Amino acid sequence: MNNSYESVMARKNEIMRKSVGIDFDKFETGHISFNYEALLKEGNLSLDIIKEIQQNNGVGGTPLKECKNITALARKVAKPGYGARIFIKDEALNDSGSFKARRASISCYQAKKLGFKGVIAATSGNYGAAVASQAAKYGLKCIIVQECYDSLGVGQPEIIEKARACEAYGAEVIQLSVGPELFYKFLLLLEETGYFNASLYTPYGIMGIETLGKELIDDCLKLTGKEPDMVVCTNAGGGNLTGTARGIKKTTDKPITIVGASVNLKGLHMADDLDFNKKSFTTGHTGFGLPFIINPDRSDVPRSSARPLRYIDRYVTVNQGEVFFITEALAVLEGIERGPAGNTSLAAAFSLSQELKEDQIIIVQETEYTSAGKHHQAQLSFARENGICIYFGDPQDEIPGKSIVLPKAINMIKAIDLDLDSIRKKYLQNQFLKSNIICQTDINYLVEETNTSRDFVITELKKYNVKVED
Amino acid sequence: MIKKDTWVQIRKIVLKPEQRAKTLPEATKNVPLLMWVKGALLEDAEIGSNVNIKTVTGRIENGELICENPSFLHTYGNYIPEIHEVDIMLKKTLYGSDD
Repeated sequence: MNNSYESVMARKNEIMRKSVGIDFDKFETGHISFNYEALLKEGNLSLDIIKEIQQNNGVGGTPLKECKNITALARKVAKPGYGARIFIKDEALNDSGSFKARRASISCYQAKKLGFKGVIAATSGNYGAAVASQAAKYGLKCIIVQECYDSLGVGQPEIIEKARACEAYGAEVIQLSVGPELFYKFLLLLEETGYFNASLYTPYGIMGIETLGKELIDDCLKLTGKEPDMVVCTNAGGGNLTGTARGIKKTTDKPITIVGASVNLKGLHMADDLDFNKKSFTTGHTGFGLPFIINPDRSDVPRSSARPLRYIDRYVTVNQGEVFFITEALAVLEGIERGPAGNTSLAAAFSLSQELKEDQIIIVQETEYTSAGKHHQAQLSFARENGICIYFGDPQDEIPGKSIVLPKAINMIKAIDLDLDSIRKKYLQNQFLKSNIICQTDINYLVEETNTSRDFVITELKKYNVKVED
Repeated sequence: MIKKDTWVQIRKIVLKPEQRAKTLPEATKNVPLLMWVKGALLEDAEIGSNVNIKTVTGRIENGELICENPSFLHTYGNYIPEIHEVDIMLKKTLYGSDD
């Protein structure tokens, strides 16, 4: 068999079909549309069944904790009467240390049920440890493929720690240097082993998080007698926000503001060998968040089930220095030491809480475990070794890859809103590049995809001379 | 000489620069795509030689032998004085000055 880069990429769809046990073609509808809700019913797993699978495997039921001192700190700098109560869902307490266990639990359950001997996931993040941990429970073999080193073999400390965790759970870890061709090696491994593709973007990868959305509401009601007003989700590939929002909508009719938050890594190229070790966050950043939100199907399955634009009400960014600052605050003010990447949404929530009144509630829906490498001190130390200038100042002056600016005053922590309508327009532009003829089914699909109106979609399609079939 | 069955790490060129994807940033385009993987050595060998290993899932991989008994030595990094300054700022704002 020809294993050149081009030949393997040309066999992509066939390899994918075999490795996820889903015939994605059957969900295609119009020229560009597919039936999203039908895809999310794949596997016939209700929320109750998912909860049971997770309960039996060390996942879910994590505590919701009120961050009283961080809330008090926000109130010190908020207008009088403002500063919503901040809660965190302590997802670090799942087996393997992050909410990703929810996603992995359903993928591994499904892999076992379908008779696969092993699972493979392409991830440099917590998802690797999650898949390795869940695979161990089901007696499945496991391979995790990571982008870990630059071409000189210098590894990002956070990713090295995740490799250690994957090995600790019994997985084989394939580490690669920088480049999108990781996907090529991933495809070769799927072909060689016949293992299940535990992609983050299958329906299983999303439905596993719906329980988190449900628990947020249930926990909040139990603790406060009220439902939350706002939920903040760290956003990268979009699955976290999508699954959480879906779970919330299945549990309550109350309109709860869903906010996505990413670390601002503007200017750093994700596939650049030299930029690779200049960033202090390997996930939860705009380098993934923006490309995936405007083109969700760029993932490793033909149709991604992570479609954040359907659910997101606001999309904000915070800077690296702000996230490190709030990670330290969580440790010294709340006595909860957690990994920095999971605190992206906490940094955003600290700023957003100051827009809400004191009797309102904002929930940060995850934390992640911390360890050597995966710690703000390890990351700041690594940044300094790589020539990044660390100083106190206005975080808005931070230049990713050159500086990390810790806020010199508490009131300088500011979540910055991205223009969602312009993101929606970019999403539509990508869709119109796929076909210049669309049908009514496509228009309805695009309205749902962008959570906008028919008028919004039609105005955009006219700009690109897209024809609409009768 | 490293003995057969020893746990080792190998490095392999997966794609040479000319075999890589066409749309890459300059810095990435000019270097090969490298892979590191661990497993049990299938024959006695010296560091730097081309060897076969059996990985934890039972796969056979081939590449340059670079390390015997590979260890994880990542740490919490060097002391960062700014973190201590953050603590002082947080506590002063919330609880007031100690003085």
